[in-house]
Amino acid sequence: MIKRIWTLFKARNIEFYRDRSALGWSLLFPFLVIAGFSLIFSENSQRLYKVGVLHTTPGPDLSESGHLLTHPLIQAIEVSPLDSALSKLRHHRLDMVLAPDTGHYWINTDAPKGAVLEEILLGGERKTPGPFTRQVIEGDRIPYVEWLFPGVLGMNMMFSALFGVGYVVVRYRKNGVLKRFSVTPVRPWEFLTAQILSRLFVMIATTGIVYGTCAALYGFSCRGSFGALFTVFLAGGMAMISLGLLLAARGSSEELAGGILNLVSWPMMFLSGVWFSLEGTAPWVQTLARIFPLTHLIEGARKVMNDGAGFAEIRFEIAILLAMALACLIAGSLLFQWKNE
Amino acid sequence: METPILEIRNLVKHYADVTAVKGISFAIRRGTCFGLLGPNGAGKTTTIEVTEGILPETSGEILYKGAPRGESFTREVGIQLQNTELPLFLTVEETLETFRHLYTKRAGREALIAACRLEEILKRDNRKISGGQKQRLLLAMALASDPDLIFLDEPTTGLDPQARRHLWEIVEKLKEDGKTVVLTTHYMEEAQNLCDEIAIMDHGRIIAMGKTEALLAAHCKGSSIMLPGTAPDDAFTALSSAWFRLPDGRISIQTEDPDASLRELVAKGFDLTGIVVTPQTLEDLFLELTGNALRT
Repeated sequence: MIKRIWTLFKARNIEFYRDRSALGWSLLFPFLVIAGFSLIFSENSQRLYKVGVLHTTPGPDLSESGHLLTHPLIQAIEVSPLDSALSKLRHHRLDMVLAPDTGHYWINTDAPKGAVLEEILLGGERKTPGPFTRQVIEGDRIPYVEWLFPGVLGMNMMFSALFGVGYVVVRYRKNGVLKRFSVTPVRPWEFLTAQILSRLFVMIATTGIVYGTCAALYGFSCRGSFGALFTVFLAGGMAMISLGLLLAARGSSEELAGGILNLVSWPMMFLSGVWFSLEGTAPWVQTLARIFPLTHLIEGARKVMNDGAGFAEIRFEIAILLAMALACLIAGSLLFQWKNE
Repeated sequence: METPILEIRNLVKHYADVTAVKGISFAIRRGTCFGLLGPNGAGKTTTIEVTEGILPETSGEILYKGAPRGESFTREVGIQLQNTELPLFLTVEETLETFRHLYTKRAGREALIAACRLEEILKRDNRKISGGQKQRLLLAMALASDPDLIFLDEPTTGLDPQARRHLWEIVEKLKEDGKTVVLTTHYMEEAQNLCDEIAIMDHGRIIAMGKTEALLAAHCKGSSIMLPGTAPDDAFTALSSAWFRLPDGRISIQTEDPDASLRELVAKGFDLTGIVVTPQTLEDLFLELTGNALRT
C-alpha cells in the first residue's frame, strides 16, 4: 500500500517537474504580482479609502471633518475600541482612524493612502493643523506589500491546488488514464492520497522558493514562528487540494471542470482578503468569505508573518483548515469515480 | 477435466437504453488464446470490461479459476484497455516502472522490455512515441504483474501492417510461455492467426463459437469470389451461390465450387475484370452467418 502511494507520488512529481509551463507559472506568478504591487504602491495610485470613525466622547463632531467623511471616494466605517481600530490600521484594513469629536487622527506612515487622507482632512493649503492632532501608530508598522505577501502566497497555492489537481484528475479521467489505474490493485483512497501528498510537496516547495526569494529581494520577514507558518500553509494546502479533488470527483469534461474551478477560485480570490480587506463590506459577504479555506489560510499566515503569532494564536485557523480538508477528502473519496458511468 | 481459468455464464449487461450483452456463455482453457470477434458495437468491449470488473454485470456469473472473482483478481490478471492514453509527462521507462511497482508480484524489468521490444524507446517521452510503440508499451503495462491471464482489447486497431505483425509475434510468445490470452478484435485475420478458440459476437449475442480450425473446417471449405460490383443487384439474383454486396460496393460470392461458379458468371456474361478468388476466411463466415459485412 505505502509502496503504491510512493510510486504514484513519484510519478506525479516527475510529471509536474516536466510540465515546465505549469512549473514556471507557479513560480513566476507570485513574483509578478508582488513586483506589480510594489511598483503601483510606490506611485500612490489608490482610488478607494477607508476611514475608521471612532467616537470617544458623547460630544458633537467637529464640522471640519465633515468634508472627509462625506467624500465620494472615502468610506467611513464606525470602529471601536481604539485598540482594535489601530490594529486594523496597522494591517491596512483601514487607511486612517479619525475621532471626529476630538480631532485626533491616526495614520500608518507606511501606507500611502494614509498620507493622501491626511492631505484631504487638513486641506492642501493649510498653514496649521486646525483642530486636528496627528498621531502615528506605534509598534511595527507593516508595509502594504508585506501585508499582501501572505495573500499572494495563499492565492498561488489555491490555483496550484485547484487546477493542478482538479483539472488533471478530470483530464486523466477523460483520456482513460484513471480507468487504466482502476484495473490495478490501486484503491481510490491510495490514488487520492498520492495526489494530495504529491501536490502538497510541490506547493510547499514552490511556496518556500517564492518566500525565500521575495524575502531576499524585498526584505520581507516572518515576525512569528516558522513552524506555525509551515503548519498553516500545510493545513491550508491540504484543505485546498482536498477541495480540488472533491470538485473533480466526477465528470470527464475539461471545459465543465474548468468552469467549476473558475466558479470557485475567482470568488475565493476576491473574498478571501488576498488583495483588499473586507472591512466595511456587507455582513453576508464577510460570512461567505468564512467558507473559503483561503480566508483561513491567509488570516493564519498574516497573523504569523505580520503579527508575530505562534501556534497558540493560529490554532483556530489550523483546526478549521484541517476540518475542511478532512470533510472534502471524505466527500471526494465517496463520490470519486475512476471513469464516467 | 481441468477447471477453466475463466468461465462466463449467461452474462447480461443493460445500459440505460440498450442491452449490450444478451446472455452469453463461454469458458476459456488455461494456456490458450481465446478470441472474441465481431464488428464495432457487437458487445465485445462491454463483455470484456464486465469480465475485467470495470463495469458491473446486470446478471450472470463470472468465475475465475472456478470461483467468483475475489480481490486477488486485479493482482493476477493483466489488462490492456482499448483507447487508453498514457501519463503525459513520463517517459516509456518511467511509465513501465510506475506500473510494475503497483504490484507485489512483478515481471522482470529486462525480460519485459525485451519481450515488448521497448529497448530503443525507453528514454522517450510518452507523447513522442508512435501508435505501434504505444500499443507495445500498453501491452508491457498489462504484463507488469507477470499475469497468467491477459486481456487484450483490440490491441492492433489503427496500427499499420508491420506494427500489427510485431504485436502478433509478442502474443505468439505469450502463448508459448503458457499464458492465457483473451483477445477482442474485429480483424478476422488476426483471430485466425492467433486464436485457438473463438466466439463471434453480433448485436450482443454469440453467433458462432468453437476451435478456430474446426470453425474454418466446418464453415470455410469453399472460396470467396470478389467482383468489382459495377453491375446492378438484379444481375446477380439468378446466381446459384449466395452473394452479398459489401459496404464498399464490391460483390462477394460464397461458393463451395469456385470452378462451377466462375463458369456460371462467364455463361451469364459478367465482366470478370478485377475478379479475385480467395479461400474462405472467418470474415466470410461472419458474412454468411449475419448476411452483413463487418461494421468496422
